[in-house]
Amino acid sequence: MIPSREGPDMKYLDEFRDVAMAQKLVRQIHHRASRTWTLMEMCGGQTHAIMKAGLDDLLSPCIRLVHGPGCPVCVTPMHVVDEALDLASRPGLIFASFGDMLRVPGSHGDLRGVKAAGGDVRVVYCPLEAVKMAIQNPSLEVVFFSIGFETTAPATALAVRQAQQAGIHNFSLLVSHVLVPPAIETLLADPDCTIQGFLAAGHVCAVMGCTEYVPIADRFRVPIVVTGFEPLDLLQGILMAVTQLEANHGQVEIQYSRVVRQDGNAAARSLMGSVFERISANWRGLGEIPASGLGLRAEFSAFDARKKFGLQKFADLDPVECISGLILRGLRKPVECPCFGASCTPEFPLGATMVSEEGACAAYYRYRTPSTSIPQPLP
Amino acid sequence: MCLAVPGKIESIHGEEALTRMGRINFGGVIREASLAFVPEARQGDYVIVHVGCALSVIDEEEALQIFQYINAMRDDSVPGGP
Ligand code: SF4
Repeated sequence: MIPSREGPDMKYLDEFRDVAMAQKLVRQIHHRASRTWTLMEMCGGQTHAIMKAGLDDLLSPCIRLVHGPGCPVCVTPMHVVDEALDLASRPGLIFASFGDMLRVPGSHGDLRGVKAAGGDVRVVYCPLEAVKMAIQNPSLEVVFFSIGFETTAPATALAVRQAQQAGIHNFSLLVSHVLVPPAIETLLADPDCTIQGFLAAGHVCAVMGCTEYVPIADRFRVPIVVTGFEPLDLLQGILMAVTQLEANHGQVEIQYSRVVRQDGNAAARSLMGSVFERISANWRGLGEIPASGLGLRAEFSAFDARKKFGLQKFADLDPVECISGLILRGLRKPVECPCFGASCTPEFPLGATMVSEEGACAAYYRYRTPSTSIPQPLP
Repeated sequence: MCLAVPGKIESIHGEEALTRMGRINFGGVIREASLAFVPEARQGDYVIVHVGCALSVIDEEEALQIFQYINAMRDDSVPGGP
């Protein structure tokens, strides 16, 4: 079905999974690529969609897709998980977290284990639920585990502002927010980098717009195409990147124009900016990157759980056998890890990239383990 | 967790900028979401929602472009293709 203005309502999902249209785009990409190009999709949601639809197989050998660090669960460093475990074990405290973080291993267990041992760990879908919890439980402290990229930070900023407006003092955040453009720059500056073009994460740009990417595309002469998450979006984004590469261009383009405006979302950006400031951040796999994270501004320090509870600094001890650092930089594929599917599975993950649905290791495990290694048809 | 999904605004309540909420229909499942970041959103609009907050109003004109683009594309690899 080809949607039209007169036809049935657009739902903005199924229309973008049309198999015949996807096949036409795949043929066009094969036709246009004169050699193999290596592209990185930045966001874990895109990795998941690519694996599910088997786009990597359909585009082989002319496109080599490597999977970027755009999964917040995957890049949260172990010492932050250890801080979460410390807080969640304290009596009189509700620890509210997105569900994905419960299985991420710290140096001595995970939040699931703390919960099983009696810790009050609660899964929330939205940071605003944690504010409600604090209002409803005035005798308890509520700490929200605030992770995520520019997509999630506006929601946490809103939670802080709502808590401030409500005048509550039993709500705070364990903040570990990170920003995409500094990570792209770090990847490109690596002498081992093989990435020739990027599919930037559409929803991050829905908030931030595209201006931050222009100097990066210029400096490294690399196409950066802001792309959506459905098969047709991803294929069109890849086609746009290939067209640029074949013409030796390196520009920022928007494929996901139904959602992304050039200058992003002004209301979200300004609220985020009022609550957070840029700080140096530690990424699992990439290490310390200057100005790549968000911290609470001084006027909101009463909401900083690290200060409120006098948290100690934990050392960063990544498991030696896990190669997720190389995977997050696009230098290795999950199947090249000796632990993959053996000592490391989604049920008992060694590294965070095996935990989240959007982690590259988990996506490969789900769609590329031997029993499912036949290329999947498009959804 | 970075998943963000499109849904249709069924109704809007709350007038104050920070607490404006909407009932959003995600293919039959109704959930509440904050509309604090989309002051321009009206009932009947489709929005992209992430962790309980609408981040963008979907532009229908722009959405249709990809289909026009693919339909207009010459299918060079198929002999006699459209
Ligand atoms: S398979 Fe497991 S151990 Fe290997 S890189 Fe992935 S998360 Fe780390």
